[in-house]
Amino acid sequence: MSQKTINWYKYAAPANFYVLAGKMIPWFTAITIILFAVGLYMGFFLAPRWGGDQKESYHIIFIHVPAAWMGMFLYVLMAIYAGIGWAFNARLASMMATAISTTGAIFTFISLVTGSLWGRPAWGVWWVWDARMTSTLILLFLYIGFISLQSSIDDPRRADRAGAVLALVGLINVPIIYFSVKWWNSLHQGATITAKGYQMVPSQLAAMLILLAACWMYSIAVVLARVRYIIREREREAPWLAEAAA
Amino acid sequence: MFGWLVWRDLILAWRRRADVLATFFFFVLVVSLFPLGIGPERELLRSIAPGVVWVAALLASMLALGRLFGNDYQDGSLEQILLTPQPLYLVVLAKILSHWVVSEVPLVIVAPLLGVQFGLSQNTLIVIALSLLLGTPVLSLIGAIGAALTLGLRAANVLVALLVLPLYIPVLIFGAGAVSATVEGLSPQPYLLLLGATLVVSLVFAPWATSAALRISVE
Repeated sequence: MSQKTINWYKYAAPANFYVLAGKMIPWFTAITIILFAVGLYMGFFLAPRWGGDQKESYHIIFIHVPAAWMGMFLYVLMAIYAGIGWAFNARLASMMATAISTTGAIFTFISLVTGSLWGRPAWGVWWVWDARMTSTLILLFLYIGFISLQSSIDDPRRADRAGAVLALVGLINVPIIYFSVKWWNSLHQGATITAKGYQMVPSQLAAMLILLAACWMYSIAVVLARVRYIIREREREAPWLAEAAA
Repeated sequence: MFGWLVWRDLILAWRRRADVLATFFFFVLVVSLFPLGIGPERELLRSIAPGVVWVAALLASMLALGRLFGNDYQDGSLEQILLTPQPLYLVVLAKILSHWVVSEVPLVIVAPLLGVQFGLSQNTLIVIALSLLLGTPVLSLIGAIGAALTLGLRAANVLVALLVLPLYIPVLIFGAGAVSATVEGLSPQPYLLLLGATLVVSLVFAPWATSAALRISVE
């Protein structure tokens, strides 16, 4: 009888989204904690040891791989949000892009650090100019460029749009960079060390996927919290904010 | 209109010769510093020469980016140019073209001479010039996006490096790859073709992105 349609545009307004995000954050935080607990327990205690000489250090994979994936996903997501914010003049989408950029940069950094820590026992060196590692490093530079461009522009509208242009240009460039680094690598180094050839046991794969989900939930919770701060900063003059805070 | 804009920028650059020469000598100086820092062993120099020349070209063209829109922005003529009925794509392309002629073509010409310092063969010198000829327009095109985005900002020069250098990486890899391949006795053709492809792609997209960035920065 009664048609229940959700008015999505309602939550494109920062005032409404601010309240919604406030309600969503505790849920996502709780799911994050549960998934991390389950995933880490599975990864460290239930997953069987890796055969060969890797010993215990291979457990880093359960953090390293989800972090690397998140770093890439979040860049694409950030560029999409920034593009939407620019094309449709949607303030909230631009704010989301700004909020995502920091989280994405952190995940990319974590994946580099854990990769390096893992590389030391596994390959005997902290760093190799492997195609994947190099392109992840460049991805981190792209994030840093985006963040520093936005933070050096005082006018928030200009910062949003300039960031959108940069993010989209970077998005077109990411595949070009990846392939150029790959070809460069195959020319300069004879044999490359890759993670290929290892077979994953189902329980290991499950642990990794649960941790990936945990990273997603964490990102959502943190990004929502950050978006709330950005809204509060930009709309500090708005009367609704005083009401929401009261 | 296109020709007029190119001509105007060339005249302006001629009247500010010192700026242009500074970039040029920066390039020469940086390339010459490497043998001093590394030592005069011929074999070593020959193997690092491609990377040295290309990295120096990257840095020199990045330094020159401030001039691309900066002067016009400060004296207000950029706003007038943006108001013209001509498509902004062509306006931007004209500015990039004259910028390339002024800032990059001298590097392309002098690079083979610097290659002689590194003991490269004649064949390699030709490939150096050829790869720079194909690659430096890409540097100007991509750099224009960064220059437009950072227009009028604090510390724009440092910022433009952060934005633009990661995007330069494919050009560096293909350009230096072409030269190294020749040094090692292989054919540079695949790298030169890739450079050409990058040039075509950036010729299509970069002026468009630059126009969007200019509209954002000057509003």
